[in-house]
Amino acid sequence: MKIAVCIKRVPDMESRFRIGPDGKWVDETGLKFDMSDFDGYAVEAALQINEKQPPGETVVIALGPDVVQEALRKAMSMGAERGVQLKADAVPADGFAIATALAAELKDGGYDLILFGRMAMDTQHGTVGPMTATLLGLPCVTSVSKLDIGAGKGTARRELEGAAEIVEFPLPAVVTIDEGVARPRYPALKGIMAAKKKPLDVRPAQLGPVHLTVTKMELPADRKAGRIVGEGPAAVPELVRLLRDEAKVL
Amino acid sequence: MANTFAFAESRGGALRRPALEAVTAARAIADATGGGEVHAMLIGAPGTAALAPRLAEHGADVVIVVEHPAFERYVPESFAATAAARVKAGGYRAAVFSSSAQGKDLAPRVAALVGASMLPDVTSFTVQGDAIVGTHPAFTNKTVATLTLTGSPAVITLRPGAMAPKANAKAGKVETMPPALDPAQAKVVVKEMVQGSTAKLDLGDAPVIVSGGRGLREAGNFKLVEDLAAAFGNAAVGATRAVTDDGWRPHSDQIGQTGRQVSPDLYVACGISGAIQHIAGMRTSKTIVAINKDKEAPIFAVADYGIVGDVLEVLPALTEAVKKAKAGA
Ligand SMILES: Cc1cc2nc3c(=O)[nH]c(=O)nc-3n(C[C@H](O)[C@H](O)[C@H](O)COP(=O)(O)OP(=O)(O)OC[C@H]3O[C@@H](n4cnc5c(N)ncnc54)[C@H](O)[C@@H]3O)c2cc1C
Ligand SMILES: Nc1ncnc2c1ncn2[C@@H]1O[C@H](COP(=O)(O)O)[C@@H](O)[C@H]1O
Repeated sequence: MKIAVCIKRVPDMESRFRIGPDGKWVDETGLKFDMSDFDGYAVEAALQINEKQPPGETVVIALGPDVVQEALRKAMSMGAERGVQLKADAVPADGFAIATALAAELKDGGYDLILFGRMAMDTQHGTVGPMTATLLGLPCVTSVSKLDIGAGKGTARRELEGAAEIVEFPLPAVVTIDEGVARPRYPALKGIMAAKKKPLDVRPAQLGPVHLTVTKMELPADRKAGRIVGEGPAAVPELVRLLRDEAKVL
Repeated sequence: MANTFAFAESRGGALRRPALEAVTAARAIADATGGGEVHAMLIGAPGTAALAPRLAEHGADVVIVVEHPAFERYVPESFAATAAARVKAGGYRAAVFSSSAQGKDLAPRVAALVGASMLPDVTSFTVQGDAIVGTHPAFTNKTVATLTLTGSPAVITLRPGAMAPKANAKAGKVETMPPALDPAQAKVVVKEMVQGSTAKLDLGDAPVIVSGGRGLREAGNFKLVEDLAAAFGNAAVGATRAVTDDGWRPHSDQIGQTGRQVSPDLYVACGISGAIQHIAGMRTSKTIVAINKDKEAPIFAVADYGIVGDVLEVLPALTEAVKKAKAGA
């Protein structure tokens, strides 16, 4: 099956972030980068589908400046067959501008399945997947925590508030991946060597117009240090008193 | 003086709180742009029109009712086509949705169908001239981004709980509209709804969350967490990834970087170490309590109140004390 996975390069979220000099983004100096968490799960999901039901091809696509090639190589070292960079000087904040470029790339690609992350860890928007699907006129299932792909159709589980839905859909389709589907494998040395020789095409991104911009980025106020009320069950009465009289939540 | 569109979410024939939040937000946008009308859309099974008066009470001048037996469930393609048809025809300044599970799925589809950019999941917003400016947590909630959206219609989604519904009675004139896409033609079909184990209160709505981690030792001990939640009476149960990975709790209960992001009034972390990925999901809670046997556990660094001790002993005592406090109150 021919599967496309759209991946975004983002900073390692364990980093201690500082705000950059323009006040509109985090300071990227010294940060480590990787593909976004859910995008890694999506790459793994694609590889497993094609391993279970060969033959297949997994193509990874990233929009952005040349540094996104690292994320594409990483996905190829996990096993993706080829990569496409949609080259842009910067990645806009506007999800519709990105979706427009991804849809233009995916439109005639002949993909049976197109995977996205549920949301990118930097923007936390969660709009690019369903927007791209809509532009392509393809069936779309978002926030999928279980995925089964059969002949010409798929079944997926979506988490809602306090409930879940089991949905069926025909292929080709777009699916956005939540946690629960697959954890990404670590690339083996052999995979890393092989990835260097895999094809990586670079094409200009046909971004849509940008109407959404980040105008400020801030760090939230630190929580003020709390206190240890006491040890063991003996501390319970004092805790309850504090919750009632001080925090006023009881 | 442009009008504003609001999508009013319902489930099982009942309005959800995000519906009132969306109408309240749309009212605020209409009032900030010269006092246009608010048009709220209600989609559901026959009988849904009965919900219209509540929307009128919260500021809807017009309620657009779309009924079809298939709309007992969410049919993404039909809902999106119908909302988009109305948003296009109505020439709205803005279209407001909730960033509930349904709204997160629906709003980007509608935005793409009308060819508009979208400001997602705002925790607050203001109208500034031609722009709508909203704040939104980013980088796993470690930063707060201010985003500016220009162009019309401005599609925005509102984080559930970010805006309190406000009464502001308007006429709420009911208009009916047929679905713009026959649900029989939808390609994605819901086969089954599975009720979660915490069917009572959703994590996003609950004022109190009692959350358990691997420190509970085994799935059966989650009973202690559930008991404390029941003692509060207004609490939902959450979990860490260690726990959802082991299948003690469903993934939908997971709080953190790759789970749900919550901001309750009170968060009680039981046997949770406080990994950075867990804290990403709960650090914006108003008051945090931690119970952990290790006094060096990182969770204590974000907790307002901590008890060092064995959760298996502390939880039953706390449950009793909360029951008493509630009975006395
Ligand atoms: C990409 C990525 C995404 C992730 N996303 C998430 C996420 O969304 N949510 C999430 O939670 N995690 C997430 N994690 C996992 C996270 O790193 C931690 O592994 C996880 O949160 C740990 O769960 P825990 O606190 O239950 O378990 P542990 O870290 O094992 O902690 C158990 C705690 O219980 C205490 N304890 C043990 N016995 C007792 C007792 N009898 N009484 C009292 N205390 C006791 C211990 O002192 C310890 O502090 C993610 C990790 C990665 C890499
Ligand atoms: N610059 C990009 N290049 C490739 N894919 C992207 C890009 N930005 C977003 N995506 C995809 O869209 C998903 C959702 O992103 P977002 O809507 O920004 O939260 C991500 O998980 C990726 O799968």
